[in-house]
Amino acid sequence: MEAARRRVHRILALANAQALRQACAAICDATPAAMLRGPETGMVMARGRIGGSGAAFNIGDVSLTRASVRLANGAIGHAAHLGRDAGRVRLAAIVDALWQDPERRREIEDRIVAPLERFVEARDAKLGGEVAATKVDFFTLVRGED
Amino acid sequence: MYVAVKGGEKAIDAAHRLLADRRRGDRDVPALSLEQIAGQLGLAVDRVMAEGSLFDPELAALAVKQSRGDLIEAIFLLRAYRTTLSRFGYARPVDTAAMLIERRISATFKDLPGGQLLGSTFDYTHRLLDPALATDEAVDAPDHRAGDGAATPRVTDLLGDEGLIEPDAKGGAEPGDLTRISPEFPMDRDLRLQALARGDEGWLLALGYSTQRGYGRTHPFVGEIRIGEVEIEIDMPGLDFPVVAGRIRLTECQMVNQFKGSAKEPPQFTRGYGLVFGQSERKAMAMALVDRALRARDFGEDVVAPAQDEEFVIAHCDNVQATGFVEHLKLPHYVDFQAELQLVRAMRAEWASAPEDERREAAE
Repeated sequence: MEAARRRVHRILALANAQALRQACAAICDATPAAMLRGPETGMVMARGRIGGSGAAFNIGDVSLTRASVRLANGAIGHAAHLGRDAGRVRLAAIVDALWQDPERRREIEDRIVAPLERFVEARDAKLGGEVAATKVDFFTLVRGED
Repeated sequence: MYVAVKGGEKAIDAAHRLLADRRRGDRDVPALSLEQIAGQLGLAVDRVMAEGSLFDPELAALAVKQSRGDLIEAIFLLRAYRTTLSRFGYARPVDTAAMLIERRISATFKDLPGGQLLGSTFDYTHRLLDPALATDEAVDAPDHRAGDGAATPRVTDLLGDEGLIEPDAKGGAEPGDLTRISPEFPMDRDLRLQALARGDEGWLLALGYSTQRGYGRTHPFVGEIRIGEVEIEIDMPGLDFPVVAGRIRLTECQMVNQFKGSAKEPPQFTRGYGLVFGQSERKAMAMALVDRALRARDFGEDVVAPAQDEEFVIAHCDNVQATGFVEHLKLPHYVDFQAELQLVRAMRAEWASAPEDERREAAE
């Protein structure tokens, strides 16, 4: 349950704003939701690890917007996305709240989460393919000593 | 000493109107959009985010536009904006091994797992100005090759398996934060890295270069450079598990330096580390060189060169502080200067009235 909900959060956060709006607009517009908190924009401090896997250190701040909503049935949804786009975060919070309702989960998964997951995967695969094309294929010329 | 002087308001207003006009330039030429700046001058935007210490490409593009391309002014603008945002908290440390790779090279291992991925690089270009770019000529789409899905482990983890290379020091302690405490020396490595990550690229480049020329030599090799996006995971109120909030682009440099050993440890390679917002290979490399130089004391090396002098390096690496102090010299210092004038006049009068031999003595 927790892992499944984290996956939804991740996909909503990684989709770009246009894809997110397209996938969520119809369902979210039909869902009355009261803002519990936000949307508010602030920042989180990003952290790295010394040497890649050692002790943590602070790199710098990243802008972030977060929001929490309550639906008519009492379900509470949260979202936090990097950047300052309050609209997308509100939509994601509504999706999070709807997803928690077992009766709506199938619909949310099929109509919102699955298409966005395909979107993110396709985008990452395109980038991966473009980078893979720049991979160096080393070959050794025949040496002259034979 | 500063004394309020009135009378400049009209001139200042007119100067700012003139600035706005000059910034806009010829009205027959279309204005730059933020999308154009973020999309086509992306590396300038990356530098502003790194040294402005705020990852937000749109705001950094606005800063570049507002500053007319003066990147240190843009960095200043972003830092100033940053102070208006509240800090929600600290993200979980990123995992650069899980990076969505855009470029990854090693100068030490030809056949490393995952391969050498050149990505979009200026390397191997001939550095000849390209007249085609002066026009809006169509640009070909990039090549595409099905990725083999091979994992791209960090090179330092590979060497680590044999114990040939200094391992990462684990530490569970909460890292220090320079935005919350004032710097004190000696400084721990986590705080130094935070300062270097937002330090001036030119300063770090010059210091890194100085170590190569013999001022605190460290015999560096580029173990690995990787550029790409990593996921930012945060904890938020109301959820008792961390969630991914998005991705940011980072450049990581693993510098591998010549070996040290001791009575307790057999000789092994030592390391310097660079991690910077955005695509900024030069900065990440310079940061790694300087990080290693600053570790001189850890390895019992004599601190004799500027790049090894922690206080000198860290206290002067912030270009917002540096430009503030240098540029404040142009603000009115009328009263200070009057005092200096009086003093030099008095000294000259004293000099003129003294006999010749006393003057000679004073000069000696």
